[in-house]
Amino acid sequence: MSEILDRARTRVLESGAGLDEEQILEVLRLPDEDLPALLQLAHDVRMKWCGPEVEVEGIISLKTGGCPEDCHFCSQSGLFASPVRAVWLDIPSLVEAAKQTAATGATEFCIVAAVRGPDKRLMDQMRAGVKAIKEAVDIQVAASLGMLTKEQVDELVEMGVHRYNHNLETCRSYFPNVVTTHSFEERWETLKMVRDSGMEVCCGGILGLGETIEQRAEFAAQLAELDPHEVPLNFLNPRPGTPLGDRPVVEGKDALRAIAAFRLAMPKTILRYAGGREITLGDLGTRDGLLGGINAVIVGNYLTTLGRPATADLDLLQDLKMPVKSLSATF
Amino acid sequence: MQCPTQTFCDRCGLPVTEGDHAACAAARALEPPRFCPRCRRRMKVQVVPTGWTATCVEHGTTHG
Ligand code: SF4
Ligand SMILES: [Zn+2]
Ligand SMILES: [Zn+2]
Repeated sequence: MSEILDRARTRVLESGAGLDEEQILEVLRLPDEDLPALLQLAHDVRMKWCGPEVEVEGIISLKTGGCPEDCHFCSQSGLFASPVRAVWLDIPSLVEAAKQTAATGATEFCIVAAVRGPDKRLMDQMRAGVKAIKEAVDIQVAASLGMLTKEQVDELVEMGVHRYNHNLETCRSYFPNVVTTHSFEERWETLKMVRDSGMEVCCGGILGLGETIEQRAEFAAQLAELDPHEVPLNFLNPRPGTPLGDRPVVEGKDALRAIAAFRLAMPKTILRYAGGREITLGDLGTRDGLLGGINAVIVGNYLTTLGRPATADLDLLQDLKMPVKSLSATF
Repeated sequence: MQCPTQTFCDRCGLPVTEGDHAACAAARALEPPRFCPRCRRRMKVQVVPTGWTATCVEHGTTHG
């Protein structure tokens, strides 16, 4: 086995410390013939430091499209010629979606809005929605509503939102190539406030935005510095009409190498398969990822695109003898 | 076979008789429709974990 993997084994598997940026880069540069051993190591690390459970989550778009920001990958920006129209979900449909999500065995339900940050209308809708879900469904509620003020952070805590998602999307050095309407630091600010409030921090990003391998390592190291409770990993699914609409998708082996590298950077975090896995890795990719460092999935559809049927993922977990994390295990 | 009421591609909105929409059809396996196939209006689309609805103001709602 390569020396790089030997060193990673000692540092990450045995002592539980994550790789630093330089070491992550070495892993991302490993040749294809080392990929099976790399995935095995990432899997061993996940099993030792996180266990065999898989956290299952459903996500829902409360407010779709018409966003004033310009994240170049996003079909929901109102600044691009994307066919996605602005639409709001009503509360009964939100509760119904939470019920259907819980029925899959999922313990997490994340409510997402395409906004720079919430206004009063959105916060009111959240308050009513979270209350209605909590009355009707046994599931933990998370939220992703863009950049927050301190008052909004406190309001979400008070509503009972237990985790907040705010993705950095890419590393600091590449961020200005992807978003120009706000900065990496502004996102970091919201994440700090969320952390200080006691809510769990969920922060990840998208690979395949045009970042270099070095920038992929930089991103993993910056996430490790933030030390989020959860890291959702997306792979670019190029959306028609967006500035990144013609980018190639990440090559399958590079995607798996990245999954393993992110696991070795953050041995104890929840590393979630999010959007784009179906496009980048096909049907077999979900299995490979779950055996290469991933320990959480988004089941069913995404916000504007569709995923595999939830049953396909749940059957796979059963095959792999990986139990779905239960609600009692999450408290 | 093409649906007789489908005049426009529901993914890209162009007439189905113009150009090749094979890539659109393939992409639609993992995307809801965006354009009404009858009038090419952009539809209001809501995706939920277990399905989607797409509504054209003129031609109503479809589910998937
Ligand atoms: S802030 Fe969110 S919804 Fe708005 S353009 Fe960026 S990624 Fe899309
Ligand atoms: Zn088309
Ligand atoms: Zn129509």
